[in-house]
Amino acid sequence: MSTSVLPTDSARAATLPPPVINDFCIQVATANGSGSQTSNNVMMRGIFQMGIPVSGKNMFPSNIQGLPTWFTIRASKHGYVGRKKEVDVLVAMNPETAKEDVAKLDAGAVVIYDEPLGLNQQRSDLHFYPVPYDKLVGPVCPEAKLRKLVRNMIYTGVVAWVLSIEMEEIHQALFRQFGAKKKKAAELNWGACQAGYDYAAKTFTKTDPFKVERMNATAGKIIVEGNQAAALGCVFAGVTVIGWYPITPSSSLIEYTIGFLKRFRNDPETGKATYAVVQAEDELAAVGMVLGAGWAGARSMTSSSGPGISLMSEFVGLGYYTEIPGVIFDVQRVGPSTGLPTRTAQGDLMSTALLSHGDKKHPMLIPSSPEECFEMAMAAFDLAERYQTPVFVMLDLDLGMNSWMADPFKYPTKPIDRGKVLSAADLDRLGGFARYKDVDGDGVGYRTLAGTPHSQAAYFTRGSGHNEKAQYSEREEDYVNNMDRLTHKFEHMRGALPAPAVDIRQGAKIGLVAVGTSDYAIGESRDQLRAEHGIETSYLRLKAYPFSDELRKFIADHDRVYVIEQNRDGQLLGLMKLDYTGEEISKLRSIRYYGGLPLDARTVTADLIRQEGK
Amino acid sequence: MSTTVTPAPKKVNRIGLEVIQYKGSKTTLCAGCGHNSVSERIVECFYDLGIQPWSVAKFSGIGCSSKSPAYFLGLSHGFNSVHGRMPSVATGAMLANRTLLGLGVTGDGDTASIGLGQFMHLQRRNLPFIYIIENNGVYGLTKGQFSATADIGSKQKTGGVNEAPPFDLCALALQWGATFVARSFSGDKKQLQAILKAAISHKGLAVIDVISPCVTFNDHEGSTKSYTYVRDHEEAMHELDFVPSYEDIAVEIDEGTTREVTMHDGSKLLIKKLAADRYPGTKIEALTTLQEAETAGVVLTGVFYVEPEKDTLMDQLNMVDEPLGTLPESRVRPGQAVLDQVMEELR
Repeated sequence: MSTSVLPTDSARAATLPPPVINDFCIQVATANGSGSQTSNNVMMRGIFQMGIPVSGKNMFPSNIQGLPTWFTIRASKHGYVGRKKEVDVLVAMNPETAKEDVAKLDAGAVVIYDEPLGLNQQRSDLHFYPVPYDKLVGPVCPEAKLRKLVRNMIYTGVVAWVLSIEMEEIHQALFRQFGAKKKKAAELNWGACQAGYDYAAKTFTKTDPFKVERMNATAGKIIVEGNQAAALGCVFAGVTVIGWYPITPSSSLIEYTIGFLKRFRNDPETGKATYAVVQAEDELAAVGMVLGAGWAGARSMTSSSGPGISLMSEFVGLGYYTEIPGVIFDVQRVGPSTGLPTRTAQGDLMSTALLSHGDKKHPMLIPSSPEECFEMAMAAFDLAERYQTPVFVMLDLDLGMNSWMADPFKYPTKPIDRGKVLSAADLDRLGGFARYKDVDGDGVGYRTLAGTPHSQAAYFTRGSGHNEKAQYSEREEDYVNNMDRLTHKFEHMRGALPAPAVDIRQGAKIGLVAVGTSDYAIGESRDQLRAEHGIETSYLRLKAYPFSDELRKFIADHDRVYVIEQNRDGQLLGLMKLDYTGEEISKLRSIRYYGGLPLDARTVTADLIRQEGK
Repeated sequence: MSTTVTPAPKKVNRIGLEVIQYKGSKTTLCAGCGHNSVSERIVECFYDLGIQPWSVAKFSGIGCSSKSPAYFLGLSHGFNSVHGRMPSVATGAMLANRTLLGLGVTGDGDTASIGLGQFMHLQRRNLPFIYIIENNGVYGLTKGQFSATADIGSKQKTGGVNEAPPFDLCALALQWGATFVARSFSGDKKQLQAILKAAISHKGLAVIDVISPCVTFNDHEGSTKSYTYVRDHEEAMHELDFVPSYEDIAVEIDEGTTREVTMHDGSKLLIKKLAADRYPGTKIEALTTLQEAETAGVVLTGVFYVEPEKDTLMDQLNMVDEPLGTLPESRVRPGQAVLDQVMEELR
């Protein structure tokens, strides 16, 4: 029996749309706290295990239970893992949003829904598959109180049937998800999944074109969240002191770090911790601990998001001026104020680069992938100690909290760089030192650590004016010399930061510049521009601030350069304007998205075409 | 004819250092400032106990008091941080190197207002640390505004009267979990020395509220933090003596009048009763004593509470004994096999 309202069986052969293979977006609409995450992950992993590039994004409310949440899974044979605006398969589990969700769909999309909702009455240009969840869940889940959770696993089975996801893969993904310790729960859920599949197989006739077919594009890949990758980077960087304060979307970065530290960083002989993690009273204390620890020689870090970073402002200025290493992760979310705490943005670029009062600039590393989260976390600790300054690593919610396909991380090839630290033996040899003297021409002085057993080791660290010897000074020339050295140090850093990823296309007049997760939309948008409009573009993705000199050349080599970013005010563009001349600036244009969802290719393409006047 | 003149041997402490090696740069505080007396007591105590200066780290926030770490222990690293947030900086540093002897100097503006939150949480964690509050009831560097420890009715130099009730930092410290709580007066040399020495021997956090008059902005008639007022109203709870652990002296005490508290390092604090039976006892007793003193209008000084063996933050975190900051790479970067294992789990 076909329940679709599209053409009946007899007419189907003639009108069935051509199959759409490995190129669609599933959206699961549920209520927050209904336990759909497992079902969604299992579905995503099932597709991944079939070798098809996949990404999962959770659009969730700032709430624990009851508000609408959407999980999207994108499968793409092209390897596009950015957000796709158009939903192809809607799993409508939330009665509150179902009507609106269905109304938004493009013609030809699939709707898998809870039968009593009667959604098939709403439109006639969609493929409807009604599922009587309440009838199906009873027999597979005798325990009534578990039914709310198990119910969700039924749709996994239904989707598997509709899209031809192999049930063996679903089975493997499901048992992996629950782990060895929760075998009973896994079996219960597997029963529900099978019930969904069997019901679909018995009841439905497939009318829609979407399906998966085995590929070989995910072999050897991992699925990981950006925060998890950054956490692992911190562990392999040898982090020793962490002060932190919970905030979405940063908390999981620290929680993953704690998990890894407990597993891998307790002394094998004594069982004692080679690290210290303190949940602070607020972000001020968290960054204070980072600076105190960095000052005394630890590899210290904290992680926060916009509101917390704002609170750290005064301390970060102290860290800059007293030249103390520390690593600060900013997993950006939508501001200002509380803003949209569970939505993504690149809204802290300007404020973080210039955080705190007075003259100051801070280096930022800006990863766009889990691999870069891992590598840049490690690089940040080396840079912080090499340049004796707070270093920021700018993730965003999309990168930090969503699941990404990635290549396995590479073990670091270089030893840890602890920077310029003098030992007692060094002091014997040198006969003393001046803390803030530029001995090597890189603007970075030598430091000693508290506890160094030497009568010439001590110096006094102060946020007030100081001379080369770290003595209190209000002298004009001492202040100016010190600030100029800090500028020189910052300039010197340019060459030591990760180089941008540059893709120059022969004859391209248009250049694109972006950072972070905008990368996914831009890669796809460039293909759209080429295929649909015949526009070839070059692309430079910055990985750090201060910007590489390559950016200047890139601007020079193109007629128009679009700076694409996820904030309202063009903050990346603003930072570029601080560095560049009028002629360079006159080439810069701006594409901005700030709706809180991950940037999608269509938005970029449409805005660029509009500005090009085409 | 020749004579050999042998210079008098320099006076040194038990590790062979002279007192000058415990001094800092010249003070820039006002002549007669109570804080200078506190700095002098610090110099004497660290010299007397023969503590290696480079094993000490000094911390402060912002304010007159917070300038003072530059004026003692010049061979120790120092960190003058931001207003009220010294506890977090000290916490980070002590976690990075737990072998340091941490000493913080702060004021009543730093501690009782902007830094109240950090002061509270420092106690909750029982960081091994000496926290000295140089308490004068006013903001000196900004020229004489009342602080949150100013008493009701106390007069400003310009005539203003404080209407807001004061925080009693010792009473608050007791409630927040401090394991060593004392009050002294910058003008009471012997008592402050004994308290400081005991604090140095304490395993966890030692909070010492030192009434330290501001000669410029709060030493006039009508002030309750002036030298005259404090001298007239101070009542020492007991007489204190400190016997360091390395001194092999059999101390005979009169059990009727004197009690001894054995500190974590084996040193002894001898507490001899004066008028009333006021020994450090339970928290409730200490709070009652403080409340009675307040009611009586007495500036009560002495050691209110000692809990020598309570676990510190380092115990809670089960940290290795060595400084975390200088652990070698082999101990802080897991091997290739660990990364491979995690990658396998994520496949």
